[in-house]
Amino acid sequence: MVRLAVVGLGKMGLSHHAMINAHPRVKLEAVCDATGYVLDVLNKYTGVRTYTDFDAMLREVELDAIIIATPSNMHSMMVKAALDKGLHVFCEKPFCLDTKDGELATRLATEKGLVNQVGYHNRFVGAFQEVKRLLDCDAIGKVTHVLAEAYGPVVLKPKGSSWRTQRTEGGGCLYDYAAHPLNLVNWYFGAPQGVGGTVLNSVFSKETDDEVFGSLFFADGKSAQISVNWSDESYRKMTTRISIWGTAGRITADRQECQVYLRDTASLPAGYQQGWNVRYTTDLTEPVWFYLRGEEYSAQLDYFVKCIEEKRAHDNVNSFHAALMTDKVISMMIADAAKGASVTSDEALPVAPKKKKGFFGGRH
Amino acid sequence: MDRLLFGDNQFFGVNHMSEEKARAQAMRFQDIGAVIEVLDNAMDEGVTSFMCTTHDRIALVCDHMRADPSRYANFKFMPCMPYAHKYANAVTEDGILGTLKRFLPDEGLLNAAMRGGMSLAKKDIEGITTLLVDAEMKMFSGLNTPVIFLQNVVVDLLLGLGFNEAFRIFADHVKNRYGAEPGFITMNMPMLLDALETVGVENPIVCSNINKLGFRMCGGFEAYERALREKKFRAIAMSVFASGAIPPKEAIEWICQQPNIEAIVFGASSRGNIRNTKELVDRYWPAAAMETA
Repeated sequence: MVRLAVVGLGKMGLSHHAMINAHPRVKLEAVCDATGYVLDVLNKYTGVRTYTDFDAMLREVELDAIIIATPSNMHSMMVKAALDKGLHVFCEKPFCLDTKDGELATRLATEKGLVNQVGYHNRFVGAFQEVKRLLDCDAIGKVTHVLAEAYGPVVLKPKGSSWRTQRTEGGGCLYDYAAHPLNLVNWYFGAPQGVGGTVLNSVFSKETDDEVFGSLFFADGKSAQISVNWSDESYRKMTTRISIWGTAGRITADRQECQVYLRDTASLPAGYQQGWNVRYTTDLTEPVWFYLRGEEYSAQLDYFVKCIEEKRAHDNVNSFHAALMTDKVISMMIADAAKGASVTSDEALPVAPKKKKGFFGGRH
Repeated sequence: MDRLLFGDNQFFGVNHMSEEKARAQAMRFQDIGAVIEVLDNAMDEGVTSFMCTTHDRIALVCDHMRADPSRYANFKFMPCMPYAHKYANAVTEDGILGTLKRFLPDEGLLNAAMRGGMSLAKKDIEGITTLLVDAEMKMFSGLNTPVIFLQNVVVDLLLGLGFNEAFRIFADHVKNRYGAEPGFITMNMPMLLDALETVGVENPIVCSNINKLGFRMCGGFEAYERALREKKFRAIAMSVFASGAIPPKEAIEWICQQPNIEAIVFGASSRGNIRNTKELVDRYWPAAAMETA
């Protein structure tokens, strides 16, 4: 049995708590949260040991692993403390707000041979996994462009202050929403060389961004565009979508399905045909031991447990190393956005080379 | 309970297969008149029980039916509460306590308990649960609600946490206050049955995915088969077509052969589909034909 604790009982922490508590090979030893109230109820009705003091929990409870789902600005401190204690760590996304902290934690986990994972659950969604498989076998040829999007109804009016409303605390659309499509782009294509044209715009929030746009530039000339808005009420819930153009076809995928168009120049993967192909997540998804809100959330925790049992601390899906790549892109986008427009309307523009007059004279 | 219950996913842009289809449905059913028209079609085909989320828009359907009691005298609502997204978004923004404060009609109870870090007594939890249920039930005032369901995200959250006592509190309140049968929707049926047993909720109505493919039947196909054979409960099957992966005839024929299933819940947007499903059920489940005749 893996002895585990959960720290942070917000929406993610509470659902991690429920799923991992139901896992047949995990013993949930303790939970930790700042609000004593929720803890009292949990303790009274479920008997779980509860703590409001994180350090006391680490001192007093014998653990193998921990799930960290606290506000983002607390991640680095808690991850480090847990690693120092020799615990395997599952941390919610975004990983660390300061990439230096992220690098330190990544190094520490590697040195100690501890399993390290970050909650980018899309990597456990059947349709997004199918995209990865198709790209790995070059199904759509050489990729030239990617559009990574996420939309949903989170901030629909001005509201009071909490950690989620402040970028300095790891709140905002960039950290919360855009991190997901960015992480998918990193998974599929690695780290970009640079970013440009980043817009971090507020729609309703006073202290952070509600929409995120920008470009990522890759070494081989490939580009990606990010378009994210969490103030879009036309979506019932968060929708993440990725579209990829290649020389031999196009892929569009969201949580539900993976639509693939393959040209006659494509080398067809098994089961695929020239023209349109649709694969549904419902067909691509493996059963899970316990379902709360999507197989991917259960699957990522089961994977974490398996990595601990099989002592697979290296080369796992959603490692700190992989999440750090996304943290770095986020930092680059924040720096880029602060610069504003790269060319302004009052600048003298280079004169376009004059075209030769055409046969019919002057018209172009 | 009727053998065939009408579901509401199609009305609210819920589609497990495709975002595009979901959006098209959301557009089609934007006007509540379109929802009511389909419900009228269902009624005319002999499907008179509606398992519906306590979505704000259902209140409009309720108003319509209250205004025409003679037409809808036999229509039965089976509310499924709460509408989870409302609460999930609130928990993200305000935390658990903030959410309770936002949705409780009377803040006094929670505030009193919170003062001075006093811990929540058992009666407080019961009080909060029952107030939340009552708030969700307001829209159904004066209408038939023979079964009231706790919706799957909440059931499975409580189940995972091991907060089984909440099922008991819900069941008692629904029986005592509304004279209704408590129902539980879950994606983890075998595990839930054990949990309900430990808190003494006897012969419960449990709605879960049951289909030939084993789609979203957590705990495994065999555990579901065993539960249907051996456990004492009133099973409602949902997702019998496994999101469209099983052809209707094959799906219904199979489901009608399983033991101990009391009802099937299905969604449809056209009268033709409602009729087809009804005919299949009448053919493969002859008792149903007798009961509704």
